[in-house]
Amino acid sequence: MSYKFHQFQVVGRGLPTESDEHPKIYRMKLWATNEVRAKSKFWYFLRKLKKVKKSNGQMLAINEIFEKNPTTIKNYGIWLRYQSRTGYHNMYKEYRDTTLNGGIEQMYTEMASRHRVRHHCIQVIKTATIPAKLCKRESTKQFHNSKIKFPLVFKKVRLPTRKLKTTYKASRPNLFV
Amino acid sequence: MPFKRYVEVGRIALVNYGKDYGKLVVIVDVIDQNRALVDAPDMVRGQMNFKRLTLTDIKIDIKRVPNKKTLIAALEAADVKNKWESSSWGRKLIVQKKRASLNDFDRFKIMLAKIKKAGVVRQELAKLKKETTC
Repeated sequence: MSYKFHQFQVVGRGLPTESDEHPKIYRMKLWATNEVRAKSKFWYFLRKLKKVKKSNGQMLAINEIFEKNPTTIKNYGIWLRYQSRTGYHNMYKEYRDTTLNGGIEQMYTEMASRHRVRHHCIQVIKTATIPAKLCKRESTKQFHNSKIKFPLVFKKVRLPTRKLKTTYKASRPNLFV
Repeated sequence: MPFKRYVEVGRIALVNYGKDYGKLVVIVDVIDQNRALVDAPDMVRGQMNFKRLTLTDIKIDIKRVPNKKTLIAALEAADVKNKWESSSWGRKLIVQKKRASLNDFDRFKIMLAKIKKAGVVRQELAKLKKETTC
């Protein structure tokens, strides 16, 4: 499962000066497609919070964070701030997924489809793994059922490999499961 | 018309697309409307889209998200492998696989066996024809 958005932990601080020998070190967890973008994002956010820029700061560490338990299903709550055509809004969204990166990727694609928000207009404020009791959205709560059971209604007829794909078929497919 | 095969914890499904094509996997949990957490004795537990799965009639009795040992034990207890290989679907797949892996000598042997079988059938037919006309 390759994810477009990777989670990075970026650590940086302002450069030490005569007045401030040991400037405070700041750490941020953020999502970016690659390390270079992650570093750039880090300075963007840090500029908004503290009086430090990339030109008078230094990057101390950047590590990719991987999912600890990719084999268990979790409910992720994501708080985000996005820019729409008319202004900035906050949002809280919930996703069910095995990894946090997967949940974030779902979030980006859903924001793009439902609200036409491109990924550079989205800022992730906070993410959390939510226990099932505290989930707010019906669409995630409907899967909190240990005896879940539903039929697959249509069977999509698909060739096992794309090599066997043909434009024309002799007979209509049978969609009954 | 009502549905007989449901997506549920313990349903055995056949993978019909992708890297694990042809494998039998157990649905261990449902992530959301399109994906299931899927497990088999020889693969790491992972998520799979329902579009890649074809449900079978076989269902085993497991709790939601069992650990690997319990899963393998449950698969043994339900005798999934034998049930699958004796079902008509399973048998067809085995025959398909066998046919695809034949070499020229095997195909020659099959040709001879077919001719022999056709000869025996024709003899019986001729006998039956003789009895009805005479």
